[in-house]
Amino acid sequence: MNHLPVLIPITLLFSAFFIPLAGFVKRELAFVIALAGVFLSLLFSAAGLFTVITAGEIRYHLGGWPPPVGIEYALDGLSAFMATVVTSVGTLVLVYSRRSILREVPERFVPMYALLMLLLAGLCGIIVTADLFNLFVFLEIASLSAYALMAVGDERGSLASFRYLMLGSIAGSFYVLGVGFLYFSTGSLNMADVAQLLPAVHHSRAVVAAVILIFTGLGLKMALFPLHLWLPDVYTYAPSAVSGLIAPLMTKVAAYAIVRMSLTVFQPHYLHDVLPVTPVIAWLGAAGILYGSIMAIAQSDFRRMLAYSSVSQIGYIGLGIGLANPLGLIGALLHILNHAFMKACLFLVAGSIRFRTGRWKVSSFAGLGRKMPWTMAAFTVAALSMVGIPPAAGFFSKWYLLLGGIDRGNWFFVATILLSSLLTAVYFFRVLEQVYAVHSREPSTPVIPSDPPASMLLPTVILGVGVLVLGLLNSVIVSRILEPVAAALK
Amino acid sequence: MMRFAMNYYDLMTAALLVIGLYGMVGKRNLLKKVIGMNIFQTAIFLFFIQGGTKPGATVPVWDPRIASEAAGYINPLPHVLILTAIVVSVATTGVALALLITIYRRYGSLEEATILERMRKSS
Repeated sequence: MNHLPVLIPITLLFSAFFIPLAGFVKRELAFVIALAGVFLSLLFSAAGLFTVITAGEIRYHLGGWPPPVGIEYALDGLSAFMATVVTSVGTLVLVYSRRSILREVPERFVPMYALLMLLLAGLCGIIVTADLFNLFVFLEIASLSAYALMAVGDERGSLASFRYLMLGSIAGSFYVLGVGFLYFSTGSLNMADVAQLLPAVHHSRAVVAAVILIFTGLGLKMALFPLHLWLPDVYTYAPSAVSGLIAPLMTKVAAYAIVRMSLTVFQPHYLHDVLPVTPVIAWLGAAGILYGSIMAIAQSDFRRMLAYSSVSQIGYIGLGIGLANPLGLIGALLHILNHAFMKACLFLVAGSIRFRTGRWKVSSFAGLGRKMPWTMAAFTVAALSMVGIPPAAGFFSKWYLLLGGIDRGNWFFVATILLSSLLTAVYFFRVLEQVYAVHSREPSTPVIPSDPPASMLLPTVILGVGVLVLGLLNSVIVSRILEPVAAALK
Repeated sequence: MMRFAMNYYDLMTAALLVIGLYGMVGKRNLLKKVIGMNIFQTAIFLFFIQGGTKPGATVPVWDPRIASEAAGYINPLPHVLILTAIVVSVATTGVALALLITIYRRYGSLEEATILERMRKSS
């Protein structure tokens, strides 16, 4: 049996256990183990992706118990793709995090790495598991470590984190309640098994309740409008390295769980024709796109602007999932990948600015373009990609979403995507103007900011270049990985 | 087909869910929100555990008189699931209380309104 599916989360989990022990010996060892763990996990994910493309999906029975009795882990095109996205962004952010954590929260160095690895283990576990209850456990592992990580930074972080904990535990409870309804209706927890047993009980009230509870719970974790209320505070007050990891990955993995539910567990036509779940997700996504963009324009704090822009970008993903046609789903999945790279890059830039200047306000960024040229070059690429200017990656995912909207014949969605690109341009060009065009009014600052040290600059620049590379490679990614996944919707 | 809100247990589950949710959303004291969260999660434990019961069945330990007649044993799987969910719930409560300690140390209160007011003054 091929062990790749289980190796991805287990490697991360074990390094999370060893980090506190190694931290006793030498503080720096914590970082080394974390980096080695996530890099190893990236190699496993890449190997898994390669195997899935060449030889088909991998199914792994935990402890040798075949499903439906045992827990099954599976790598198919979708999960191998997501695992690779999570571990590659995770690796880059982890390289960046060392200096940033040493500056912002040096006394928590070792526990921070243990928690970061637990977070990544939870996210990868959600991706590889093919068991409904196991998904809940990993969801809670990821969430619990996220609550703790978010509270470490700013003074106001604890309250933001507490509010997120309340909403997050409601979300987790809704999900597990929904799983309970499914279990008592079908007698199974294995996703593929449940999918086979469901059509017989499709019209029972218990299954309808399960659908509503599961999608509400995951929608909360995904921060789909109007369930996004926890997001802005949390992204704003967390330490830079933490928001650099949570902002691009956490909500995307919840979006993945929604895709998994609608593709593997419930039949797409059931969620579209019998219960109007996917249309609701699409409309909420469209509302979130507009709301997030408008709120982002109104922000003066750079991090808060990025947070609201996340609400808007999650709207795109929701819209693509909700369109429930192959083009829309390709757009959504491609946007998960692109947005992970863009948002990671933007939050790392925000962290670098904080590292060098301690500033947050967009109005105080004047003249940074000349003082931090490489950082700001990466920022510019990511910002243009967010707006959707080719050949940056953001253009192509929006393009597929547009095609999906046209395919559905819904012109409101098409107009929303186009209008939101304009709004995105408004708030990013405002920052670009400050950075490049406005001259600094305070020439005699004691510290002259420059690009951050190489360990922080390099991941930022790699992510910026990655945005361009993903844009150029998008046809390969779509035809090799995403089209076979989306074929399930035909 | 499942009975829905028809028996005693389902009614209790629904009542606990509503009480818990009210505690989490309606109460203004952060500690009371944590208590609400615990009640909410307890409702889910009850829901799962009662789902495993069967009338006239016994504990799922091998009994020669019942042998391998599945209807004679209650379903142990929901109980096992809930053991895991209880662990998750305990961990969540632990993290929530740890957060409350840091909040209390910084702002000297657990009343949401007071905290927000002091937060505004300090910034």
